[in-house]
Amino acid sequence: MDWFKRQKKGIQTSLDDQIEVPEGHWTKCAGCAEIINQRELSENLMVCPKCDHHVRIGAIDYFNILFDDKQYTTFDENLHAIDALEFVDRKSYKDRLTDARSKTRMNDAARAAVGNIGGHRTSVAAMDFSFIGGSMGSVVGEIVTRAIRRAHDEKLPLIIISKSGGARMMEGALSLMQMAKTSANLAHYNELGLPYISLLTDPTTGGVTASFAMLGDFHFAEPSALIGFAGPRVIRETMGQDLPDGFQTSEFLQERGFVDSVIDRRQLKNRITNVFDLLITDGNT
Amino acid sequence: MSNSNKEYLLDFEKPLFELEQKLDEMRTINMTAVDVDLSDQIQALEQRVDELRTSIYKNLTRWQRVQIARHPLRPYTLDYISSLTTNFEELRGDRSYKDDPAIIGGFARFLGSEYGSKDRTIMILGHQKGRDTSSRKHRRFGMPNPEGYRKALRLMKLAARFGKPVVTLLDTPGAFPGLEAEERGQAEAIARNLLEMARLPVPIIVVVIGEGASGGALGVGVGDRILMLENSWYSVISPESCSSILWRSWDHKEDAALALKLTAPDLTRLGLVDTIVEEPIGGAHRNPAMTTQAVGRSIAAALDELGDSSDTDLITRRRAKFDAMGAYDTSGNGKAHSTSEAPNKVATSD
Repeated sequence: MDWFKRQKKGIQTSLDDQIEVPEGHWTKCAGCAEIINQRELSENLMVCPKCDHHVRIGAIDYFNILFDDKQYTTFDENLHAIDALEFVDRKSYKDRLTDARSKTRMNDAARAAVGNIGGHRTSVAAMDFSFIGGSMGSVVGEIVTRAIRRAHDEKLPLIIISKSGGARMMEGALSLMQMAKTSANLAHYNELGLPYISLLTDPTTGGVTASFAMLGDFHFAEPSALIGFAGPRVIRETMGQDLPDGFQTSEFLQERGFVDSVIDRRQLKNRITNVFDLLITDGNT
Repeated sequence: MSNSNKEYLLDFEKPLFELEQKLDEMRTINMTAVDVDLSDQIQALEQRVDELRTSIYKNLTRWQRVQIARHPLRPYTLDYISSLTTNFEELRGDRSYKDDPAIIGGFARFLGSEYGSKDRTIMILGHQKGRDTSSRKHRRFGMPNPEGYRKALRLMKLAARFGKPVVTLLDTPGAFPGLEAEERGQAEAIARNLLEMARLPVPIIVVVIGEGASGGALGVGVGDRILMLENSWYSVISPESCSSILWRSWDHKEDAALALKLTAPDLTRLGLVDTIVEEPIGGAHRNPAMTTQAVGRSIAAALDELGDSSDTDLITRRRAKFDAMGAYDTSGNGKAHSTSEAPNKVATSD
């Protein structure tokens, strides 16, 4: 299989959309330790050309990979977290939010958009790990919920891209209830008979796994992603022993029957389009 | 407090315990010694005991409430089943892998007539902790494996088929974080319950009776009415784990309990809980019978409000209830959304 050859024009990454890569910069792959040209990596959708290691990417990057001609409309960018608990640990939640906003130039750890994927108008929510570990508080829960509701009301297929350390501690029980809220809305969406594809990427853990990420009609996962409920360190402490190689990876979950398909990022758009073609237009593209 | 409780004495209960012991001694002397009359002193001491008890229990810190929620003599799910129902018919197993003793449940006759309502058949289920070393191990400290959540779902669907309301009791330090639990899909099992409970066509009443730790609790916690005992806690993570992650040390559990705002009054302010069920002064472990009766009255009232049969609007209202949960700012129109403005009730135990 030729990873470099793009089958559809839509996934071609144009220069202006690339993840900020000054020419001539080189990086060491976290997977194989090879030195790779940043631009080459970016053109390869941030997958190492040498070892296929999938570098973590943001919500906008997924939008650009999936939506036809990178055309999409974003929603709910006016939602901001508030510090309802006046939470303080070694740092206050207020300060964490301020820092995360200025560092990421995002409002919170998820974005929502609507656009065409392989010609199918689709509602997409995507999480972003760079904002407080992709944790889910009230804003993430609300953005995901609204993306589900948007899919329901406009009768669109749905994709949720998970990448999260779990529910956000700094919003306490408010974060916990986002699991119930998103799941309740998926129950409602299920009645429509339209496909919901859950894409699990590195990492997907805790309350996000234990809610919408595990409730898809299709569970697609990027290769070698960490996917689980409890963290590996906690399990190691509980069991008092080392965990087997490959435990809680995408491949492990596929073998155990919780992931339908481990899919290379460069094939993602084609595979999603295939599902939509099969189910929405009854195979006629 | 009886002497049998001494081994389970919480630190902040000790001054009260000492005073109570002194009072007991004085009463004994007063009864046995013919030539002394300590009535005045006893009366004065009784008053001091009352004052101390009130001052301790009306000013509990969040961490102290967590300790009360974990008290080993606190009533557990089986205690509620035996005091609030008759004819309990336990159902076991997920019909796929095995039974999980960390969650227990079955059909039973709820003695609603004793609590201002009527008797009726319900499905009652909840986390179950053990009372001694071997039963604690057997029940995995109330930490379910995936088959526990799948059993619970089987029972709830059965309840729906027979048109019976569901009562769930939450009391867990969390879903079991084990290797096999992960292999069998702990996350999927919890997620599935959230989705299915959201659309179960019979009333669901949820009562947090002790510890409500994270997804492990919420996995049987989606319902039409959320009740919380006065000294229970419910949050996204335990204070210990929160301390370990955010402070990188186990020593900040009290700070974490404070930061997490995990008590019944906190959750009421956040608009996440409908009713606080008051406990006897001194906590549920001081008077388990009074506690289970208070819970019985609150369940009876909630069942009456919701009605016996399934309601076409029930599921829509349940979804709307959870839709409203969250606190965020839509700076576009300058209006903050917060569930904390929602009205709430407090049920009293007297």
